[in-house]
This record gives sequence, C-alpha cells and structure tokens, in this order.
Amino acid sequence: MINNPHFILAILFQLTQLLLVVLAAPLLTGWVNQCQAWLQNRSGAGVLQPYRVLHKLFHKDMVLAHNASWLFRLTPYVVFACMWLAAAIIPIIAVDLPFSGAADVIALVGVFALARMFISLAAMDVGTAFGSMGARREMLVSFLAEPALLMVLFTASMISHSTQLPGIVDALAHHQFVLYPSMGFAALAFGIVLLAENARIPVDNPGTHLELTMIHEAMILEYSARHLALIEWGSSLKLFAYISIGIALFIPHGIAEMGNWAGLPQAVGFLVVKMLLAGAALSLLEIVTAKMRIFRAPEFLGTAFLLAVLGLLIHFLLGA
Amino acid sequence: MPVKKLNLQRIKGAIPAWHGKIAEADLLPVCAAVREGGGRLLALWGSDERALSPEEAKTALVSAPSLNGFALHVVLVNETGLVALSLPLSAQQPVYPDLSLIFPAANRMQRAAYDLLGIKAIDAKDQRAWLRHAAWREGSFPLRKDFVAVCQHDSGAPAGEEASAIVQDATQIQDDYPFVQVEGQGVHEIPVGPVHAGIIEPGHFRFSVVGEKVLRLEARLGYTHKGIEKLLENKALCAAAKLVGRVSGDSTVAYAWAYAMAVEGVADITPPDRALWLRALFLERERIANHLGDLGYLGNDVALSFAYAQFWILKEQVLRNNATLFGHRYLMDKIIPGGVTTGIDESGKKTLRDESVMLEQEIHTLRSIFDEHAGVQDRYMGTGRVEPKLAAALGLCGLAGRASSQTWDSRVQFPCAPYDKLDVKIATHHHGDVAARVIVRFDELFESLRLQRDILINLIGGEDLAYPVTSLPPHRFGAGMLEGWRGEVMVAIHTDEKGNLTRVHPHDPSWQNWPALEHAIMGNIVPDFPLINKSFNLSYSGCDL
Repeated sequence: MINNPHFILAILFQLTQLLLVVLAAPLLTGWVNQCQAWLQNRSGAGVLQPYRVLHKLFHKDMVLAHNASWLFRLTPYVVFACMWLAAAIIPIIAVDLPFSGAADVIALVGVFALARMFISLAAMDVGTAFGSMGARREMLVSFLAEPALLMVLFTASMISHSTQLPGIVDALAHHQFVLYPSMGFAALAFGIVLLAENARIPVDNPGTHLELTMIHEAMILEYSARHLALIEWGSSLKLFAYISIGIALFIPHGIAEMGNWAGLPQAVGFLVVKMLLAGAALSLLEIVTAKMRIFRAPEFLGTAFLLAVLGLLIHFLLGA
Repeated sequence: MPVKKLNLQRIKGAIPAWHGKIAEADLLPVCAAVREGGGRLLALWGSDERALSPEEAKTALVSAPSLNGFALHVVLVNETGLVALSLPLSAQQPVYPDLSLIFPAANRMQRAAYDLLGIKAIDAKDQRAWLRHAAWREGSFPLRKDFVAVCQHDSGAPAGEEASAIVQDATQIQDDYPFVQVEGQGVHEIPVGPVHAGIIEPGHFRFSVVGEKVLRLEARLGYTHKGIEKLLENKALCAAAKLVGRVSGDSTVAYAWAYAMAVEGVADITPPDRALWLRALFLERERIANHLGDLGYLGNDVALSFAYAQFWILKEQVLRNNATLFGHRYLMDKIIPGGVTTGIDESGKKTLRDESVMLEQEIHTLRSIFDEHAGVQDRYMGTGRVEPKLAAALGLCGLAGRASSQTWDSRVQFPCAPYDKLDVKIATHHHGDVAARVIVRFDELFESLRLQRDILINLIGGEDLAYPVTSLPPHRFGAGMLEGWRGEVMVAIHTDEKGNLTRVHPHDPSWQNWPALEHAIMGNIVPDFPLINKSFNLSYSGCDL
C-alpha cells in the first residue's frame, strides 16, 4: 500500500489541507473582524491581528488558579485537537481524503461535542461563578443546536445516500447541477446553527467585555497565555470548519478531484473566494443584528430545527 | 406646615435655598412633612464644629448651641427650593435619629457620615461600613479635625511582615462584609467585581439568583474613595474649584458650576452675564457629550456595535470641538468662582452651529434606527423597570427619575440665570424601563441642541469673563445646585472664622439612584444587568468621594 502512488498522493493532499486549515483559520477570523470594522466606520486592526494575538499569547507567562486540576490544563489541547481533527475530516480542498473515510458526519458532530464537553467541564473546574454560568448557558444553546445540525446533515445524506462527507460532496458537486428545495431549508437551518455554535451575534457576542452576558467567553475567562492561545486558535478553526461544512454541503462546486494536482490551485482559489464571501456575509449579518435575550435562543434554535425537519420532509414527500 | 415654624434664613445665591438650625426632636417630623408634600432628601453630611469658641458658636449658623460638638446637615428639596437643616450633636455622643425610614436614600449617606466623621444614626438597623474599606481603622474618623491624613508614599511604605499584616487585614475587611443572604432551594450567589472585564469604575455587585433570574442585588461601593472631602479642608478657593471639578470627571462642568454658585452666593457676587451664558453652554455641551456616549454604550450592550461606533464618532466630534474652542475636551477648570476662564468668538459660534446641524441630522437617523430595530426594542422594552410609585418612594432623581415620571429638573424648577431666560422643556416618560431612559436621553439631546442654539444667540458683547472672588465672609453656609446630565449635582460649603473653607461637601445624584438600580434588576435575568446598569450609568467616583 505504501508503494501505491495514489495513497502517497492522498496523504500529501491530506497534509496540505491540514496545514492550510491550521494556518488560514486565524486569517478568516481576522477577515470577519476587519469586515466588521469597515462596516462600523472603523479602520480596524487588519486581517493579521489574530496572528499577532496568538504570538503575544504564546509568549506570555501563564496564570493558573491554585485549584485548577489536570482537566483544566488538558482542555485547551483537547479543544484544539478536536477542531483540527474536524477540519481534517471535512473535504475542504479535495474530495477523497484518507481521513475523511475515518469518520462520517455523525462522528463529526461527536467531535464537536467532545470539545464542548471538555471546555464546559474545565469552565466549572476552577469554581468561579462566571465559569459555571458560561458552561450552563453553553449547554442550553448547544443541546438545541446539535439536533438541528444533525437534521441538516441527514437531509444531505438522504439526497446523496451517504453519511460520509466525501460521498455527500461528490454527489452534490460532481453531478448534474440541480436545485434542491430541501437543501434550501437545510441551508437556513445550518446558518442559524453556525451562529449559535460559534458564539456569534445574535446568540453570543465574541467582542463583549460584559462578563455577565457572556457565554463562550465566560467559560474561558480563567485561561491565559498558551492555553488561551490554543482555545482562541481552536475557535478560529471551529469557525473555519463550520463554514467549510457549509461550503461542502451547499456550494461544493469547484472542489478538486482526488489526485488532481492541476485542479488544486483552482480549488484553493474557489475556496478563498467562498471563504471571503462567507466571512463578509457573516459580518454583515452580525452588524445589523442585536444580541437576543438568552431565553430567546431556544426559540431561535427551535426555528433551525424546524427548518431542518422541513427540509427532510420535503425531500421525503417531494423527493427533491 | 411645620417648616414655617423653623427659623430659616434665605441663603443668597442663584437658587432658592434656606438654611436653619433644627432641634433633634423636630428633625423627623420636618422630614416626614417634606416627604408628605412630595419633597425629597437631597444630601446628608456631617461636620466637625468642636473647634468653635462659645461666642462663635452663638453666631455661626452651622455650629452647635452647646460648646464643642459635631453637626449633621440635611438638605431637603421640594418645589419651593432647597431647605438645609443643621442639627447640633454633642462631642461625646454624636448621634441623631435615623432618617432612612422616611427617605430610603439616607441609608448609605448615614453610613458614609459615620465612616468619615463618627456621627451615628442611632436607631438605624443597617450599621455596616460603607466608605471605610481598609484605608483607615475602625474607630478613627478622617473628617474629624484632629485626624491627620498622611500620604503613605511620603511616610515610606511599610515593608516585610508589617506590610503583609496590612494586606491581610485589608483582605479580611473585604471578605467580612455581611451581604444580605437570600436563602432557598437553588438560590446561589454570583459575585461580580470590583475588578471587571472591561475598563469601568470599580464596584462590587452581589447577585442572588435562581438560574438566570435575579432575586436580589446588593452593591458595595467605596472602592474609589480618594479622601476628597478631607483634601478640600482649608483649600484655597481656586484650588478647591479644581478639585471639586474632579469629583466625577464626566460631570466636571456641573460640579464646578455648583461649587462656583455656592461660593458666589456666600461672597454675594453675581458673575458677568456673558460668563453665565458660557456656563450654560458648557453644561449643555457636557450633557450632549455624555448622552451621546451613553446611547452608544446602550447600543453596544445589545451587540449593536455600529451604533456604538456611530455615537462615539459624534461624541468625539463634540469633544474635539471643545478642545479646539475652549482648550479642554471635557471642559475641566473652565468654570471658576466668579465666572469662566474662556470665551468664544464668532468663528467658534459658527463651528458650534454647524456642529449642531450635523448632530441633529445624525441623531435623528440613529434614533429612527433604534426605534425600528425589533431586536433592540425587544431588549429595551420592559427591561429594568422602576415603576413611578417606587421611584417616588426611593427619591429617584435626575434622568433616571424623569424616565419614571419623576418630573424634577432643576433647570425647570429652580432656573438659575441664564436658564430663567431659556424656557427648558422637561423630558419625561412613565414606563421607567431601559427604553424609557433611552427615549429621555434622545429627547434631552435634541433639547440641549436647541438650548445651545439659543445660548449662542444670546452670547453677545465682549464683557468681562469673571469678577474675582478673593475671600469669603466667616461662618457662612452656602449651597449651589445644578442639573447635571445625570441629575442634581449639589455642592455645599462651610467657612470658618477666617473665611476659609472648613468643609466642602459635593453631592452626586448617584447617591439616590444606586439603590434604585438594585430594585430595577429584581426579576430580570442576569445577562440584562449590564444593560440596565448602563441605562442608569451612575457614578462610582461621585459617591465614593
């Protein structure tokens, strides 16, 4: 198998994607922030700011609570690893990657859940009021977002008769161009889930300094230095992964065939354009929306679930 | 009316105010009568009069009839004006009856008066320390004349074991503060502050919650105690003006004017007409700048970051114009006893006219965005409600009061010059929620812009900017009050036998409004607190003194 040129190519493609994702993820965060700055009439810190922040955090001395357990120290690595793994599973630049076969969409949701479980436990580990408050709210949001995400993925699976992401993307990208109404509903639902899961407005506010309103930020208040850097990087990776899932499910066109080196620059080009557009759309959406009261979040995510189920029903009833 | 029976004397000055001595037995009935008539408690403080000789004691308005004692000063306000009452207290047992059952706002003022001067509201239930954290020991009182305030930097910081003992002592005082406990199944506490995640003033908030619902909030302030009142003892008139203007930086104009008003009343001087118009211009510009900033914050707190940026661009424009035209962004030290330090020329007036045209258009647009944004309105409506009835009971004042139907605006009720020529329109609302406080802010912004235009028309001639005030007569009491952007700012001054300032008491409207905030949050959810807090935007520094 080692001598199989196809296999070596696949590994090379996989490594390229892994590297590309981990390096480009902060750039996406920087782009979203920069777009928001422009929309607010500010000049902004530039798209490279997240890298500077990471650099700063990796060089700082850590402050650790006296009663922090191993769980607290382990969590940043788990979170970062989970997000990177998720980004490895999703077909971002090419379809048939070796890792993709290792886990299907249900496992992918599981990987996200694992990271969330760790970060919520770590938030409660030190025993501050904010940590448990954040963890509690995170659970409220995510236990509603998760089923909606699964429903979205199931709709795509139904259409492509596969729960493997490569299979789904292959079916959607390389067959005749068809508009699926069911996928339209699924896309709306996915958008809502993306906002909720990535701690974006209107569910959470990544830019806030008001500790009492935080969800995600409240959980990581006790982290500093490289731990915080890993969590921040993990958050960037998560946003990148989510947008990649969105691209893979709803606009996969332009992705490279396995082993097609010539198609790779084109695939990367398509990816960059899609990411830029998605980032700009995200920031535009955030700028015109106010953060909702936390008890509105269940309604909001309930809507996502409803839309996803509608998508599924439409597929069943109309076969579209 | 019991107030008639008192021997009150009109205080000279720009606002209607009376002052008189009162006997201990009369204090509560008089307060109750004023409360009954719709009046409020404005301020409460004490002074050390032990140095007075018996002859002086007879003539001095503020002093005790008996030899050597303290005095409690209470300022009440009703629709006719201010009534300042001085109650003599004995040196050995300086106690007075508890006012907090009549005026709930008295609670913290009484506790602060004890911490600073050792005069006690004897039958008050709540005797916890308020301003005293760890800077001075229990049983010593900084505002007594025999207390020598030593700057720790000058005396050399203690080292080694001594230092760690002090730190431990301080920590224990912080930890021992007995917050009111709420008990029940599922009730837990969230301690917030005094160090916050954002750059704001320090204050500690103790929430008792069930899930996200707030059952009770208790604030603990005093973290920014700077000993301002001690520093003001025997300060020269101008140096004191500078310090009073820094009690709460966002209200520097209001403080400086209130102080100047008190001094001018005692000195019996009326500043030049032009200076008075300029003061009104500064005060309205302070209101405009702060309201713009607050509206930006209120947008930001519901994650509407563009509104934040937009309002702060406007605020910045106002501040820059202040800097260019008057030499200071926040107009500090522009008002001095006797007048003002800076004027405005024709080109400056034009700049301000252009600015107000621009502001009016922009604010109009932003207001319609706020009004039509469903997400924003959903967060604002019904949040942090203070019913008018509760507001009246708590003596809620200023902007927050007006949003809860408390129609008090001293520019309207007690229009000192030049407000008597301006016909200020009062902005009120009856909902008492965050939305109402936003509406009142918008209305006051437009009104202030209108006033600014009227003021600019009336600012004519190149007369004097100030008449000098060099000395004050001995043993006098003076008070000045103004409607700052947050509410009524009052400064009271006492002079000693040489006419020096023996006691200056600056009073911030936040004293009355902080307790109301604790009521406003009840029944709301924890993540709405920052929004409710910001809609009041009270001063920490102004109360911590």
